[in-house]
Amino acid sequence: MAKVVAVTGNEAVAEALRQVNPDVCGIYPITPQTDMMQRYASFINNGKVDTEAVLVESEHSSMSACIGASAAGGRVVTATSSTGLALMWEMLHIASGDRLPIIMPVVNRALSAPLNIHGDHSDAMGARDTGWIQIWSENGQEAYDNTIQAFRIGEHMDIRLPAMVCMDGFIISHSIERMEYLEDAEVKKFVGEFKNLHPLLDLDKPKSYGPLILTDLFHEYKRAQHEVMTKVKGVVLEVAGEFEKLSGRKYGLFESYRLEDADIALVILNSAAGTSKDVVDAFRDRGIKAGLLKPRLFRPFPYEEVAAALKNTKAVCVMDRADSFGGYGPLFMEVSSALYQLRNRPALINKIYGLGGRDYLPSHAELVLNELDGIAKGGKINVFKEYIGVRE
Amino acid sequence: MASGLTLKELSKQEDRFTHGHRMCAGCGAPIVVKMVLLATEGPVIAANATGCLEVSSCISEYTAWKIPWIHTAFENAAATLSGVETMYRSLKKRGRIDKDVKFIAFGGDGGTYDIGFQSLSGAMERGHDMIYVCYDNGAYMNTGIQRSSATPLGADTTTCPAGDVVPGKLRSRKNLTKIMAAHNIPYAAQASPSHWMDLIKKVQKAHSYQGPKFLNIISPCNRGWRSKTNDAITLSRLAVNTCYWPLYEIDNGVTKITSTPKEKLPIADFMKPQGRFKHVFAPGNEWLLEKIQQEVDAEWEKLQKEAKCG
Repeated sequence: MAKVVAVTGNEAVAEALRQVNPDVCGIYPITPQTDMMQRYASFINNGKVDTEAVLVESEHSSMSACIGASAAGGRVVTATSSTGLALMWEMLHIASGDRLPIIMPVVNRALSAPLNIHGDHSDAMGARDTGWIQIWSENGQEAYDNTIQAFRIGEHMDIRLPAMVCMDGFIISHSIERMEYLEDAEVKKFVGEFKNLHPLLDLDKPKSYGPLILTDLFHEYKRAQHEVMTKVKGVVLEVAGEFEKLSGRKYGLFESYRLEDADIALVILNSAAGTSKDVVDAFRDRGIKAGLLKPRLFRPFPYEEVAAALKNTKAVCVMDRADSFGGYGPLFMEVSSALYQLRNRPALINKIYGLGGRDYLPSHAELVLNELDGIAKGGKINVFKEYIGVRE
Repeated sequence: MASGLTLKELSKQEDRFTHGHRMCAGCGAPIVVKMVLLATEGPVIAANATGCLEVSSCISEYTAWKIPWIHTAFENAAATLSGVETMYRSLKKRGRIDKDVKFIAFGGDGGTYDIGFQSLSGAMERGHDMIYVCYDNGAYMNTGIQRSSATPLGADTTTCPAGDVVPGKLRSRKNLTKIMAAHNIPYAAQASPSHWMDLIKKVQKAHSYQGPKFLNIISPCNRGWRSKTNDAITLSRLAVNTCYWPLYEIDNGVTKITSTPKEKLPIADFMKPQGRFKHVFAPGNEWLLEKIQQEVDAEWEKLQKEAKCG
């Protein structure tokens, strides 16, 4: 029986981790994630879980310790935000290169400078090429559900990759929402026992982890990483199917919202998708066929499926809560690549919104949808990439 | 395992760091690793910082390690091993492993004194059950002899070259052994491959304590020291006998000099066979040699006083 609760995103993800009860957990504070891991530390010290914590002195050491623990053989988690994720950058590549299924909630926050503790997607977008699976979450419920599913995806014997579960800093991590928890036993059964693959602690069969590999075989190792990524989509859908049976909540590679017959559409990640859906509804009420696509699996990116979902639209705006300075927003670049394969493509524009926690308002979505409506009706595109919600 | 401390006994033991590694002829590091593992009984897992030892011992499908071994990056051997050791404790607690396992990290001075300093300090403070072994050759030898905070005063390296204006390194070494002891860990010591019995006893003593232990072991590098390929042991003995590298331990806070030179030799005896100090003996640089001698003497005096106090 599901339990209905009113909790913050951080609390919900900490609860998911408690229910999974991993073997080792790396803990280090960083706003806005801190509250999640301190809750977990409290579970440990109050005997709610029997996880061994490593109370590290930096995020770099946290990921290093998680890699050591995962290679030793067992289920490993940590969590971070922002500059903490940036400090891990070197080790993120090593976790995926060593094919270690570490699970890491990322509470999305801006990167310095200037120093800013609020939510945007610069951190995880900066880590998109590290070889990790990335699953994004609109609200606390999704963050909870995605965290539980991430164990099954990353630890799948055909995959064995680390996975990060993203949710918006403060907007989700610190807001109380109504959500449903699964029973402890249900979660335990769903994630199952951790299956080891080449553990260091198998003392009878010594392994060497982390060799030097130069021009002879490095290229092949990287192709293997590429190939395993192509299998992730299938596993994500398979796990989502099982999760739906358990919870009644349906997940896919992305969420299509009123997209079937849409002329205009927004592509937007995480919490701002929720705000945008209300505005899409308002446009529908006015007889304008608006829709929305909210990516869930960002790495690997489901190019073909996204293209298929948007193929009948006339104008699309990709909304980015991060910028690739001197380029388009990171989400735009993916959607643009996806749409290029279509014979008839919608017009495509890019808006940068909400950096450093700047509020994303319904009026912003309204402005963008009106612009798209004009483009769809034959108007020309004035600017391809633009910041919105800017104080002039 | 290391029951009798005779070379004959030790030579009968299985090498757990085997031939086939690609370290340079005459390198001190594989001697250090071999001795440390000979002194280690039972199952052991090793971690390695990026460096000469790592890039030369596990390449593509070949490994010289007959024990479980992990390398992840340069600055984090202690953090990586702390994760392995934590998983071991977790699985032991949960009844999924029953053996007693020892843990040893190996890092060069660059990976230990410099870039790995924070992660080492963190692992020592957290109390993980491991020995961290620094094989100290006094520079970043793997990347081509660059200055580290373990490079001795006056030495010529590629980033503090002995030039017409600046005669090599003008700063003194960081005293890492004492810094590690200041973490109040049960055991910190300095050893040298020339004094193999002292080294092996220190490893055994370190293993006898639960918690974090630190061993700093001098490891001559003929490429970086510009010395002969056959004098690693001679030079490490001169390092001890000139009191450049005193053999001592800090055992639960008690400092003890474990081997005092019969006759304390001038520091020049250690430096002269090494090309990296050649310029120190050139006319005009007498002041530098004098400064180096003064520094060695002062450190030795200080250590003797600390040892007297216990």
